[in-house]
Amino acid sequence: MGGAASLSSIPLLSHAARADEKDGKQQPAPPDDDPAHYRPVFFSVEEYLFLCHACERIFPQDENGPGAQALGVPRFIDRQMTTPYGRGDLWYMKAPFVNGPPELGYQLPYSPQDLYRGAITPINTHCLMLHDAVFAALSPQWQDEVLHALEDNRLHLNDIPGAAFFEQLRTNTLEGAFSDPAYGGNHNMAGWKMMDFPGARADFMDWINQNGARYPLGPVGMPPKPDPYSASFQNEEG
Amino acid sequence: MTDQTFPPAKPDVVVIGAGWAGSIMAKELTEAGLNVTMLERGHDHSTAVEGTYPGSIDELRGAVRKRLFQKLARTSLTIRNRPDQTALPYRQLAAFLPGEGVGGAGLHWSGCHFRVTEDDLRLRSATIERYGQKFIPKDMHLQDYGISYGELEPFFDKAEKVFGTSGEASSVQGQKTGRGNVFALDRSSHFPLPPMADTFSASVFRQAAREAGFHPYSMPAANASQPYTNPYGCQMGPCNFCGYCSGYACYLYSKASPNVNILPALRQDKRFRLITQAQVLEILLDDTRKRATGVRYIDLKTDSEQVIEADLVILSAFQLHNVHLMLTSGIGKPYDPVSQSGTIGRNFTYQTITSSRVWLPENRCTNQFVGAGGAGVAIDDFNQPGFDRGRAGFIGGSPVWVNQAGLKPIAAAQGSGGKGSPRWGGAYKAAMIDQYRHSFSIDAHGSNMAYRDVYLDLDPTWRNAYGQPMLRMTFTWKDNDIRMNQYVVRQIGDIAQAMGATRTSLNSLLPGQLFDSRIYQTTHLSGGVILGSNPKTSALNRYLQSWDVPNLFVIGSSAFPQGMGYNPTGLVAALAYWSAYHIRQTYLRNPGPMVHA
Ligand SMILES: Cc1cc2nc3c(=O)[nH]c(=O)nc-3n(C[C@H](O)[C@H](O)[C@H](O)COP(=O)(O)OP(=O)(O)OC[C@H]3O[C@@H](n4cnc5c(N)ncnc54)[C@H](O)[C@@H]3O)c2cc1C
Ligand code: SF4
Repeated sequence: MGGAASLSSIPLLSHAARADEKDGKQQPAPPDDDPAHYRPVFFSVEEYLFLCHACERIFPQDENGPGAQALGVPRFIDRQMTTPYGRGDLWYMKAPFVNGPPELGYQLPYSPQDLYRGAITPINTHCLMLHDAVFAALSPQWQDEVLHALEDNRLHLNDIPGAAFFEQLRTNTLEGAFSDPAYGGNHNMAGWKMMDFPGARADFMDWINQNGARYPLGPVGMPPKPDPYSASFQNEEG
Repeated sequence: MTDQTFPPAKPDVVVIGAGWAGSIMAKELTEAGLNVTMLERGHDHSTAVEGTYPGSIDELRGAVRKRLFQKLARTSLTIRNRPDQTALPYRQLAAFLPGEGVGGAGLHWSGCHFRVTEDDLRLRSATIERYGQKFIPKDMHLQDYGISYGELEPFFDKAEKVFGTSGEASSVQGQKTGRGNVFALDRSSHFPLPPMADTFSASVFRQAAREAGFHPYSMPAANASQPYTNPYGCQMGPCNFCGYCSGYACYLYSKASPNVNILPALRQDKRFRLITQAQVLEILLDDTRKRATGVRYIDLKTDSEQVIEADLVILSAFQLHNVHLMLTSGIGKPYDPVSQSGTIGRNFTYQTITSSRVWLPENRCTNQFVGAGGAGVAIDDFNQPGFDRGRAGFIGGSPVWVNQAGLKPIAAAQGSGGKGSPRWGGAYKAAMIDQYRHSFSIDAHGSNMAYRDVYLDLDPTWRNAYGQPMLRMTFTWKDNDIRMNQYVVRQIGDIAQAMGATRTSLNSLLPGQLFDSRIYQTTHLSGGVILGSNPKTSALNRYLQSWDVPNLFVIGSSAFPQGMGYNPTGLVAALAYWSAYHIRQTYLRNPGPMVHA
């Protein structure tokens, strides 16, 4: 396998194209659209390809249900990047930034956007140096090796500790698998279905205690609501 | 009238913070005929807006992105475990989640609504009586409230009627009911509403706890088990266990909040004025520094600084912010752990809580998404005064409960794995799904004692968006509290066995374990501006009046001398009503110190 991943084997890439960053216009597909058709707005093609594969290893497709790709998790993460959360606007981000023991929490000067942007290329470089292929082109076993090295903080990506990036990725992957489909992940509510979670039903008057019986109804998504990526929904508190 | 951009004519009272404490004080003082202006740093919030379906039934927006919580970008605090460390900023909300906006954390709390045990209010005296002075570890700052349960009872009663609390009394005016918490203190009347139903998990726990020889009871919940109209004429609808409770505004008007239970009445009162987006920076004092003249705040709408004068100042901005404003205003002497002098920031405490988990057989579904924030079944066997701490070797107590508040999938997924099990990949996924479907959690919800080197002061380095030094928290777990947690968690093992659990994962604090600001504990922070009978060891007298500035009252869990096993808001509300009563009865007739030191 050459330095460039065998891209044609990855269905997502054949459709993915990088939106022009300058005009930055988002063309959101309807939330129930096929995640494979999504064009990333924030991530480059290479970054998005990494994301598709890394998320899938964290939350893989198996007998329990679809994995991160089929759930639209990479699409979810891409769309989250342009929210106040993605820009780090929900965090206290004042300097100085000083390293400390883990119990004292996150102390990096990086927003979620910065973490992804700063980590993915160095990870691919690491993979190229070690395995002669980018992350997306590695076998699942080697991909897991890399993810373990990140999780255990054995890899540093310039200034970004591997563990910090890994936690960001794991957190966002699980968010994407299980948040309302309107946000771009949890495609067809398949994440909720595999958990037996009934979504936005929010009424269990008759089901407070049925002696351990399984809840009989499938999930409902959120009824129509304002586009959750609209400015007013994301940042209503100004 | 709401949202005046410009300071109105001088009110009699200015109230800082529009949570439970502030709303109760504002209601009481307008009833006394005073003009009250309440300043709130956040936006206006109401069930009709923040609580509407489906916008509020959204885990990502609610409990994950935390839209109703404190905006850390503007102001946070710093944290360290020991005084010799550099405290670092709390950059992401995690361990505790202060509220912001009208209603405060009372809009999105859970609703576990407790009173106190007999010992909670006189823990120092009770400990010495039972176990002798030597039983108190060196450097533990154990103190009494100086108020008896009998004195506070009418105010607990009043708060429950305002909150529409559901519960089961065990003793009313000396009559035993044969139900409820056998260890609970006598009450002047029943709960206004019958107890909440048991979820399946709670019913399993109830039966197993009884079989194991303990005394289970329905947790008192400020979630309405039936339709209710409170004494202010505010209405609540019955809770349907929607599960979007803790961290969310209740879309059914079933969870008590200042927004549903007090403000609808208050907003109609011409003497009341609410100014939102008003960040108070300082309580102003006159030249004697013994009298508050008003407050200085930033009007965030116009980004301009304002001063508002008043005769009486109520500081009710939540525990952390109460301490912060006392320090930034230079009221009282900051606590110094070396000389053990000063009172502001002293006796800062928290809650010692760990969650354990049990799994039931595969044909039993725990449907953890069903739940209500305050509902559940608890035992008080290790929290009640009669429990022998001498043998167990700790001061304090810990209820144990199943409080299934509604677990949603993002939280369930984030919380699965770890402690030796995979946190991602196929094996993780299978275990996570199984855990969601067939397990439930049992909490040890313990007290937390005050210690010499656990305190709050101002940080030397980091500042908030208004240029003020941020609060600095020095906090970690101590041996006494760790021993308590370990003892109680061991008992959970027996209960799990009695319920036929297929698997149990007991979780207790380890000796020497540090407080970890990345993991949610509770938002039950207390102390720092405590009440007491001695101005050398307390900032407030028994009426929550500042010893130093008698026209300033500081309301909230900041007044607790130490943390108790129960959740704090029942006591916060009772103390607010108690303080307001004495302001109305005594202070207004003769403004000045109500206790002479
Ligand atoms: C998720 C969650 C669940 C909880 N569950 C329970 C429970 O089940 N049982 C229980 O007993 N307790 C519970 N609590 C705790 C409970 O919410 C608090 O004890 C209670 O809300 C405290 O009321 P308060 O009025 O003192 O403070 P708050 O409700 O926090 O109100 C203080 C207000 O002051 C405002 N403010 C702060 N600083 C300033 C300033 N400088 N200028 C102007 N305004 C300011 C804040 O924005 C806020 O609105 C929970 C808390 C959380 C977060
Ligand atoms: S569980 Fe009940 S009290 Fe809580 S938000 Fe839902 S309906 Fe309201």
